[in-house]
Amino acid sequence: MQNKTKVLMDESVKEPVTMTGAQALMESMVNEGVEILFGYPGGAIMPVYDSLYSYREKLNHILVRHEQGAVHAAQGYARATGRVGVSLVTSGPAATNAVTGIADAMIDSTPVVVISGQVGSALLGTDAFQETDVVGITQPVTKWNYQITRAEEIPWAISRAFYIARTGRPGPVLIDITKDAQFGLLEYKYQPMKSIRSYTPYPIIDPGQIEEAARLINLSKKPLALIGQGVVIAGAEKELTGFLEKTGIPAAMTLLGLSALPSDHRLNVGGLGMHGNYGPNIKTNDADLIIGIGMRFDDRITADTKRYATNAKIIHMDIDPAEINKIIHADAPVLGDVKESLPMLTEKVSINNHDEWLEEFNACYRVEYERLIERELYPEKPDLTMAEVVRRVSMAYGDDAIMVTDVGQHQMVAWRYFKFRQSRSVITSGGLGTMGFGLPAAIGAKLGRPDRPVVLFVGDGGFQMTIQELGTIYQSKVPVKIVLLNNNFLGMVRQWQELFFDHRYASTELINPDFQTISKGYFIPSVKVTERDKLDDAVRQMVDEEGPFLLEVVVEKEGNVFPMVPAGASVADIILE
Amino acid sequence: MRQEFTLTIFSENRVGMLNQITSVFTRRHINIESLTTSESAIEGIHKYTIVIMCTKEEADLLVRQVEKRIDVLKAYSFSQDEIIYQEIALYKVPTAALFEGNEIEKLVRQYGARILEMTSEYAVIEKTGHKIETQELFDKLDPYGVTQFTRSGRVAVNKLKKEPLNNYLRKLERNGVTPDNYTTNQ
Repeated sequence: MQNKTKVLMDESVKEPVTMTGAQALMESMVNEGVEILFGYPGGAIMPVYDSLYSYREKLNHILVRHEQGAVHAAQGYARATGRVGVSLVTSGPAATNAVTGIADAMIDSTPVVVISGQVGSALLGTDAFQETDVVGITQPVTKWNYQITRAEEIPWAISRAFYIARTGRPGPVLIDITKDAQFGLLEYKYQPMKSIRSYTPYPIIDPGQIEEAARLINLSKKPLALIGQGVVIAGAEKELTGFLEKTGIPAAMTLLGLSALPSDHRLNVGGLGMHGNYGPNIKTNDADLIIGIGMRFDDRITADTKRYATNAKIIHMDIDPAEINKIIHADAPVLGDVKESLPMLTEKVSINNHDEWLEEFNACYRVEYERLIERELYPEKPDLTMAEVVRRVSMAYGDDAIMVTDVGQHQMVAWRYFKFRQSRSVITSGGLGTMGFGLPAAIGAKLGRPDRPVVLFVGDGGFQMTIQELGTIYQSKVPVKIVLLNNNFLGMVRQWQELFFDHRYASTELINPDFQTISKGYFIPSVKVTERDKLDDAVRQMVDEEGPFLLEVVVEKEGNVFPMVPAGASVADIILE
Repeated sequence: MRQEFTLTIFSENRVGMLNQITSVFTRRHINIESLTTSESAIEGIHKYTIVIMCTKEEADLLVRQVEKRIDVLKAYSFSQDEIIYQEIALYKVPTAALFEGNEIEKLVRQYGARILEMTSEYAVIEKTGHKIETQELFDKLDPYGVTQFTRSGRVAVNKLKKEPLNNYLRKLERNGVTPDNYTTNQ
């Protein structure tokens, strides 16, 4: 039936055309500019897959190995490109497998549209085969979700889904389509969504709030800007640089905001948070003004909120009204898209420099370097450190690759030691901390940005949570570079056990398979490094390899990530060793 | 300081809205003391009146988190002195009790209640008022053998001159924003 249907995809078609719901879904996605889908077929989504077969020239479907991977790949694509990532899954277990990715996208504000198949509408609520209430399940972890039970709802729901996913503070949208709605006929005509009455994605900026923020900035002697992913999402990197350079304000970066400012920018004083740099943490309580820009004062940033920014007024610039005063009371909130609000603020602030204050951060960095960074990068012990591997890899790509990470110690180390020249270069699971995020996210990132090298850092724990996606890499020939930092431990948990649970290593040691044999099984070239003098050649081999590559480095077994703000402590209590 | 807040929430009339709204309260572990929902004065827009105990800061944050749901139009929080509110209670008593002296009749008069229906077996008394009043009447009637007692959630109007939602909708209309710019359906 489907293969006889004429593929439209012609935007000049203005008159309604009769087609099935499944074909309308294809047309709608083409209209939304979708080029790639990450998915996995199954019973309740088969009419859609049948239609996809006719559209395979236009819509590139990447067959993943697990639905969690489908969503993480869509996230990686979205984070690398700024476009909406799309996943296609069937009902029941497939939809529940997708939930982890959806929750991850929600907390990290990633624009993703997940389309799930559903049993026929007559069977809804009857515990039918592979039926699950996916709309109910995903309600708390989606920006919006909707169940389509009639074919004629498809163009409306898809246009709404993409509009909601990408506008304002982005997020995941799930559209559940019953099988009869996929088969059913409709008069297809597409209109992109332009507005929704109950949804205000871009709050109108209040000039009074700008005035007040500017006044505080002009009065401040020790201001510190905290740069979050909001800057990246808004595409406001230039506006940020303009603001910082006019005011001379030092800028510290959140986990997801890291590449919004080049690593070597003189005002970039490093990373914030539990494993961030020494200066940004300890100086938070010396600052007289904190300017949060597109960030949300996550508990990994603030540590104990009662002892956070104790001497500072707070300016909080964010697009989401629900973030204002959620964690930290804002003396001067600036509600709105930072792409708009930053230039307005820049215009109102005086030209200034804070070189003495900036020098305090540089002094902190020297302390951190002497006491910590130097021995991490140039260790005297025989065991390889994660830091030295990360640094070599970063340099091998001229500090200009897209860095994807999984979750754990390697994530924090990669984030600390990888360097960046351009935005959208950090793809990591920040809010949810999803082990298994890395490998599929790297696939999505590479397919979204084939022009840039994509390097994944992954631990031996997280790697095995989504290791089956090596099959996707092989089948779809995705040239992802995988750096496996193997310490045969769930390192971050082990570190906490060492520091806070009296060295009681409960269930954190991993007896691992031979990852070289595994990569061989997936026909992915690989090399294993156990000694320092073999590292450079191995990195060179990875860089020179055109296709995918696995570089496994056996690192010290019980290394710890420092600095560290212990849980429940103040940012000022950061420890270096 | 924890105190009583009445939240009024306006949403598009879509399947699952109540679940979306209440889940915001659930996540923050705030118990809903009372909840009333019905179509508002504006066609197609539903109104929810929710009573909670929390601090002012929590109430303000809840309002913003509820408004964040895509199909919620607006949410407002009011302290007790910013609204006029009522609840309705129904009491079912055996008719026989009414004939054993005039105590029930006295209570009905005294509390401004009324008898809704009377059969040979039972009478239904209705009282509107605040919870404390409907509860008091229940306590007084109970010795005469109340067989059923039920109380509604709160309905409330605020003391503002105009419904703020109307202004909001008018502003949207001026800017050309309609329920959905899609004409095909919904």
